[in-house]
Amino acid sequence: MAAKPRVATCSLTGCFGCHMSLLDIDERIIDLIGLVDFDKSPIDDIKSFTGPVDVGIIEGGVSNDENVEVLRSFREHCGVLVAVGECALTGGVPSMRNLVPLKECLEEAYLKGPTLVGGAIPNDPEIPLLLDRVYPCHEVVRIDYMLPGCPPSADVLWTALAALLKGEEPKLGYELIKYD
Amino acid sequence: MKKFTFVLNGRDVEALEGQSILEAADGAGVYIPRLCYHKDLLPGGHCRVCSVKVNGKVANACTMPAADWMVVDTDTEELNEYRRLIIELLFVEGNHFCPICEKSGDCELQALAYKFGMTAPLWPTLSKNPPVDASHPDVFIDRNRCVLCGRCVRASRERDGKSVFGLEGRGIRTRIALDSLDGLGMTALGRNDAAATICPTGSLVLKRVGFTTPYGARAYDKAPIGSEIEKKEE
Ligand code: SF4
Ligand code: SF4
Ligand code: FES
Repeated sequence: MAAKPRVATCSLTGCFGCHMSLLDIDERIIDLIGLVDFDKSPIDDIKSFTGPVDVGIIEGGVSNDENVEVLRSFREHCGVLVAVGECALTGGVPSMRNLVPLKECLEEAYLKGPTLVGGAIPNDPEIPLLLDRVYPCHEVVRIDYMLPGCPPSADVLWTALAALLKGEEPKLGYELIKYD
Repeated sequence: MKKFTFVLNGRDVEALEGQSILEAADGAGVYIPRLCYHKDLLPGGHCRVCSVKVNGKVANACTMPAADWMVVDTDTEELNEYRRLIIELLFVEGNHFCPICEKSGDCELQALAYKFGMTAPLWPTLSKNPPVDASHPDVFIDRNRCVLCGRCVRASRERDGKSVFGLEGRGIRTRIALDSLDGLGMTALGRNDAAATICPTGSLVLKRVGFTTPYGARAYDKAPIGSEIEKKEE
């Protein structure tokens, strides 16, 4: 028997809503488990790639240096890379900070907040360094397919995944293209 | 009014003298995509989304009067590609966070992007980042979402007799100006003015009415923009 296609997923700067939406495919999840094996993903908690992967699914935009690293390693390991959800496609809600300079954002959150006493801007080397702004994934690596939605509905994710696993182009009908 | 026929997408259709190509097409059940046009206002001709081919040349359907010598094409791959590009550029010229926008689901810009199958704008954003003006008790203006269609300008002038809004500046620096330097709250704009609800996007919005319609029941959740015009013909 040929090996099942391998799928990897990650959440960069997102809220895990897109992953939740994947769980929303209800009993079709049983079909999915039968169809694919999960590699690196929060779904099975595998932390690093075990080898090449057929389909990589990216939730979230790129707001810090760790996001850049993870996204690049997904590009390296995955044959097809799919960006899902508004954060991955446009930066989404986290990118609302792009309207304010980063320094002001940090000062507001950590120094000037009305409930703060003796605040300090976190500066631990363990904490990923923030980028100047939040970027959509396609501005960092090549993305093969984009699935919009906040989050994309379970039907969007299922329709697209089912097509990709058959080696077809995902085609979304009118009711499946939504930005909210 | 005198009636005549012209050729629209390969078939003869009737038009009345004085009708624009867009109005005549509406009457014939052919939807020409549009953004700055509004049926209750004089046409502005700003957005070019309504571009069609008239005897092979690109023209504005909302401003050009129909005539009996015309052979008009409205729905070619080339035209739809222009339209998609205009829509995409409008997205990156502003800052459109649809997931948190009061207008989402009822927004004509978003609906056009859906119609043309845009998954996400691929151009880098322009980052003009203008501030929101919420100084009016009943209406706010968030120019991050303004597409400079001029509908508020025309509605205030033609329907409300007020001229609260105007277009200021040139080219990429064009913006909507107010007739007060102290913000929307100091203008004569009223909650019941035509201008307060005529915006196609979430730029000029009534306060305290957002997010009241559930998903699935909003204007463009189920059927593409223009379906109501195309239905007339069937
Ligand atoms: S104005 Fe329209 S396109 Fe812009 S954020 Fe709001 S819903 Fe989206
Ligand atoms: S505020 Fe709205 S109606 Fe006025 S020009 Fe901008 S998009 Fe058009
Ligand atoms: S609708 Fe004709 S130019 Fe905007």
